[in-house]
Amino acid sequence: MSAANGLNPSRRAFLRGGALLMAFTLMPVARRALADTEVDTLGTVVLAPDLPGSLRTNPYLDAWIRIGADGITVYTGKVELGTGVKTALLQIAAERLQVPASVINLLTADTALTPNEGYTAGSHSIFDSGTALYNAAAQVREMLVDAAARSWQVDAAQLSTRDGIIEGPNGQRMAYADAVKHVDVHQYAKAQSPAMAAADFKLIGLNLPRLDIPAKVSGGAAFVQDMRLPGMLHARVIRPPRPGCTLQAFDAASIEALNGVVKVIRDGNYLAVVARDEWQAIKAMRSGIESAKWSGGEAIPEAAGIHDLLKQLPSKRYPISNNGNAGGATETRFKARVTKQYLMHGSIGPSCAVAWFNDGVLTVWTHTQGVYPLRAGIAEMLRLPPERVRCIHTEGSGCYGHNGADDAAADAALIAMRLPGTPVRVQWMREQENLWEPYSSAMVTEVDAGLSQGRLQDWNYELWTTPHNERIVNAGRLLPARLLAKPFTSAPSVPIAQPEGDGDRNAVPLYELGATRINMNFVTTMPFRTSAMRSLGAHINIFAIEAGIDELAIKAGLDPLALRLAHLRDPRARAVIERVRDEIGWPHKSSEPGAGIGFAFARYKNIMGYCALAVKLRVHPQTGEIRVDHVVTAVDVGQIVSPDGLRNQVEGGIVQSTSWTLYEKVAYDAGGIRSYDWSGYPILRFTQLPKKVDVHLLDQPGEPFLGAAEIVQGPMAAALGNAVSNATGRRWLNLPLTRSSQPA
Amino acid sequence: MRGAQRCLWRNALLRGPVILRCKGLLYALALALTSASAPFPGCYKERFHDPHCTRPATVRRVFLPTMNSHLLKSRTLWISVGVLAVIGLIVAVALMWRPAIAPIKRPTSFNTAQLQRGARVVEAGDCAVCHTRPGGEYLAGGLPLVTPFGTLYSTNITPDAQTGIGEWSLPAFERAMREGIARDGHFLYPAFPYVHYRRMSSEDIADAYAYLMSGPAVHAPARQNQMNFPMNIRPLVSFWNLLFLHGEPLTPLAEHSAAWNRGRYLVDGPGHCAGCHSPLNLIGAEKSSQYLQGGSVDGWEAPALVGLGQRANPWSREQLVGYLRADVVDGHGTPAGPMRPVSLSLARLPASEAETIADYLLSLQNPHAVSETTAKKQPVIPADHTTGALLFSSVCAGCHAPAAPMREIDGRPGLQSTSALQAASSRNFLKTVLEGVPAIPGAPGPVMPPFAASLDNAQLGALAAYLREQARPEQPWADLSSTIEALRQETK
Amino acid sequence: MSQITLTVNGTAQALELEPDMPLLYALRNHLNLNGAKYGCGLGQCGACTVIVDDQPVFACLTPCAGLEGKKIRTVESLGSAEKPGPLQAAFIDKQAAQCGYCIAGMLMRAQTLLERDPHPDEQTIREHMAGNLCRCGTHLRIIEAIKQVAGHNGSRT
Repeated sequence: MSAANGLNPSRRAFLRGGALLMAFTLMPVARRALADTEVDTLGTVVLAPDLPGSLRTNPYLDAWIRIGADGITVYTGKVELGTGVKTALLQIAAERLQVPASVINLLTADTALTPNEGYTAGSHSIFDSGTALYNAAAQVREMLVDAAARSWQVDAAQLSTRDGIIEGPNGQRMAYADAVKHVDVHQYAKAQSPAMAAADFKLIGLNLPRLDIPAKVSGGAAFVQDMRLPGMLHARVIRPPRPGCTLQAFDAASIEALNGVVKVIRDGNYLAVVARDEWQAIKAMRSGIESAKWSGGEAIPEAAGIHDLLKQLPSKRYPISNNGNAGGATETRFKARVTKQYLMHGSIGPSCAVAWFNDGVLTVWTHTQGVYPLRAGIAEMLRLPPERVRCIHTEGSGCYGHNGADDAAADAALIAMRLPGTPVRVQWMREQENLWEPYSSAMVTEVDAGLSQGRLQDWNYELWTTPHNERIVNAGRLLPARLLAKPFTSAPSVPIAQPEGDGDRNAVPLYELGATRINMNFVTTMPFRTSAMRSLGAHINIFAIEAGIDELAIKAGLDPLALRLAHLRDPRARAVIERVRDEIGWPHKSSEPGAGIGFAFARYKNIMGYCALAVKLRVHPQTGEIRVDHVVTAVDVGQIVSPDGLRNQVEGGIVQSTSWTLYEKVAYDAGGIRSYDWSGYPILRFTQLPKKVDVHLLDQPGEPFLGAAEIVQGPMAAALGNAVSNATGRRWLNLPLTRSSQPA
Repeated sequence: MRGAQRCLWRNALLRGPVILRCKGLLYALALALTSASAPFPGCYKERFHDPHCTRPATVRRVFLPTMNSHLLKSRTLWISVGVLAVIGLIVAVALMWRPAIAPIKRPTSFNTAQLQRGARVVEAGDCAVCHTRPGGEYLAGGLPLVTPFGTLYSTNITPDAQTGIGEWSLPAFERAMREGIARDGHFLYPAFPYVHYRRMSSEDIADAYAYLMSGPAVHAPARQNQMNFPMNIRPLVSFWNLLFLHGEPLTPLAEHSAAWNRGRYLVDGPGHCAGCHSPLNLIGAEKSSQYLQGGSVDGWEAPALVGLGQRANPWSREQLVGYLRADVVDGHGTPAGPMRPVSLSLARLPASEAETIADYLLSLQNPHAVSETTAKKQPVIPADHTTGALLFSSVCAGCHAPAAPMREIDGRPGLQSTSALQAASSRNFLKTVLEGVPAIPGAPGPVMPPFAASLDNAQLGALAAYLREQARPEQPWADLSSTIEALRQETK
Repeated sequence: MSQITLTVNGTAQALELEPDMPLLYALRNHLNLNGAKYGCGLGQCGACTVIVDDQPVFACLTPCAGLEGKKIRTVESLGSAEKPGPLQAAFIDKQAAQCGYCIAGMLMRAQTLLERDPHPDEQTIREHMAGNLCRCGTHLRIIEAIKQVAGHNGSRT
């Protein structure tokens, strides 16, 4: 990687935001909601704007690296969500410390130990934490080498390191653990780090087997669900039938009398049961559900009218892009409405947390994406000073965004405070996860675009959405806190600003356009609680944009792929497109009935990873069943840290996006949410997989890390839509791509 | 329905062929005898050539007296017998042979409106239920129909020229639907319910034909049937047809409403409900005198469809329509087993179709007020509460207890009011528990896992007894352990 | 409470359990085995899949009562992190996991297939595994890992 001060314009956007944050925190004003970025939030303060990655918020080197007699510990404020990022970060640190990966102990987010890197979200982990470690590790190594050089009174340039030993020109040897004694690592990192040619990498760019997989295939304790603390009790929560209900009656006494029940908690509309054994807790919960009587509850809309409803609800209109001026009439136009339904994160393991209030300190083990904001929220909810609350990330199942993890942590915290000295484990039931996790917003978008003489002219785009970032900025964002007798109120919803974007993520096409008028209508009255899910608005925005490009091309008699290339100058964008074009043999498709081929391209947030993708599928002419035969994708995420890790993420994203796009929607009507378990929210099964998936990685040695986790969601959805249209001659613009989702 | 035919054939082939052959030759012989000795009564001739006019009992009554009077005479008798035997043989062979219909080139252009109509006919006829195997291509066949006398495999009805029906003309298709004869003249087993499809209108058959011919051709050779001797001799089916293949295309009855007539058409025509829901005689044909009074299929009880509104736990029109479309309805639950795919098909048709079926069925009175209360008076064996209740808590409560979301949120009924637990036979309940209700990939709907490997026989019995007591305490199931044993054997 | 002896991974364990306890909670909380997981408790996801007498079952819906004398096997019986069995080694080799929560259930379901049919083709594998859900989208790698043990050359088709 070149010198860390070659910051690209996207980072300057952060810094501007960051500088604002700094200014605001210095002023003695009441806390106001600001436009969050996705990873930063109130609490992460930019202390050193010139430093790369998360060093700007955590500039002390010893926040990241600690070397002692007991070995090398590397800290990251990011967490392992199942993406393999823990292993990738370890590779980076080991590479730049120039030690074997096996000697490093990597600790992930823990409010007592690690830097505050906000949320592990938005594909920022390698972008932020990787960059920070890339630089910090190199600078620490340099300091150790300098210390040895001083000690031996030789020039540092004559020294080398191997396996954690510094070697001098005359056979001198000094272990890192000894050199560190002569160094004060508690100092700010520098803006410049020692350079290292990508060709010299021994770990970055190679496949290090993931550290966590062996335990996961052999029953090792790998998840928060596997924690067993001495004397630990098991809790279950009892939720109202729907948000807004009031508890009228509840027979706590009969539940307390059940075998093994230790405590029954009732606080306003908040109910929980605690028992010695997990099965006893479940039975107590069932008994509690039966005995609880509720009244009221917020109305649930009918699904059929949701998109019209979204357009009618009060909203704030944010201009997203407003450039150029439309010249007169255009030859070809595309005007359409594109919709998606509410989606569920659908974590395979419902949320879980363990909490222990001991000696005045509450420790919470949680699979939250952000331990620091969670800590602040829990502290506020319990009226504890934040330093008396410690949140330690422990893996849960994949979350794909803001799921029930934080709420389950709050449940565990609330219950643990009522049982001081005793560890408490809370496990949500499947239906509780399905009903109470924040969904991904249903959205409606309207495209109106024109093409003349093979050039894209005006691009008008209007979208309606509820929030994609209802993360824990105050206690009121925690669901349990809203159920208490003295409930907390959720902070006002604020969208994530561009260039990251919220529902408007990737709403601005990367293509060269004559003029843009792009606006987001941000609806804060939410029929259902919504928050961030993998790729946020990009899923539908890329779907809509790529459908529009295809339709304009087809109507004008142009090749859709060639039309895209004609409007992209970025060589990296062109490279992924051309690679896919060549590998899939565009535009040839099979002659079988119902065969179709579709293509899509996007650069995540227009500033992160590049992805081009083509799909060959068949739509059965009679049953309408869609079978995906072949997926070819090319991705460019800058310097690749772990090629296999990247491949795994891309393959997984392809499969997940296929499931979202072809099958998924939360089912509901005025009577309730019907998707309370997998029978009401079916996801893709083995028998529905694409037959063949080819992933081509376009490595960019030395280039900044761009992040990998969300680059595929949008393009896969878009390519599916384009292929279905190619197969059937009918353009389906309502997700999921089923006949019944389309207007009659 | 694959299941229906399984049972039909089990009965038929138990005793069928020998009787059929004997009967056939007997008729031929008797006919020849009477023809040698007396002019043909016109009716006999018609009966021979017109399959609609078969009255075996009547024939026997007429012929036997004639036969008695001329027997025991000299050489003439034996010569006559010889001649008659030869004539009989010729006639029998003629019965067992059908001509091939010339192959055609598959049609390539279709009328969209006809295809849409044809899609509905095919849905109503449940073609895909038998002609698609799990994991196989749509309509490409290969579904095994297991009978105790061998296994049949459904055929490929995609328009593939070599392995499907791609070379079939409309007349060939219509002959198959009405007569049970394939294009090349071979007899189809009545596992294919042509006894019902022959009641369909020519328009419907033509529309279904168009729809089938318009689909993708799948190359999938038919799997070899593995029928035991003599069931593997197809021509013998001709005799079965002689006896049981009758019925004209249904025409509306003026005294009934259009909806009733449509319902009757769907039930007796494409829906072929009686194939499962009527009892079968010894050679596997529906007993028309007990029309829709209950049957069995694939080990499941197909309940009587008469007197639905007069039961102790009666069906309302709304409940019946919902049930027919695979909803979970109050008071009865949701179809499982072989009925589930049928109801899923009906759910894909406009609701009006299921409504007309309901209207028709609800008009059928139960002539005997049978099945419900005729369950033999059993000694009341007290259900083992503790074991059953514990099993329910352990295994079922997550979905079926009052606290479960499908009860709380979806308002689904408790198990005690489901038709399976209300039924006289424990079979359907037990089979549902053993086999579950499978998920349809990609589509939401009720599902249930199979418990065959999770519960042993004693546990199944205890659970069944416990739940039956909640549903019908006055009528416990007395034969649970033997039924469970039998079910385990059936699925081996 | 009732006494019951469960034979898990070859060892008979005498336990005192609530008489209606499903196997999943006995395994996790009384035998401290992490493999079988709670994913839904409804027999819909397969994260709790274990093997009882060579059949895959959902441990969340299999009562402990009635399991006396039966052979219960969990993922721990296939090997350890230090010494993985062939199927586990294949999963590690193919890095067939993302979050990994579904993986123990996948391994046990795959194991029952390979015990019955050591060389299944890909279509058979897909159909057999269809009862287990994976939300991260690791399916393709899971198939590759099973194919590796089944003796295929690991190609993607």
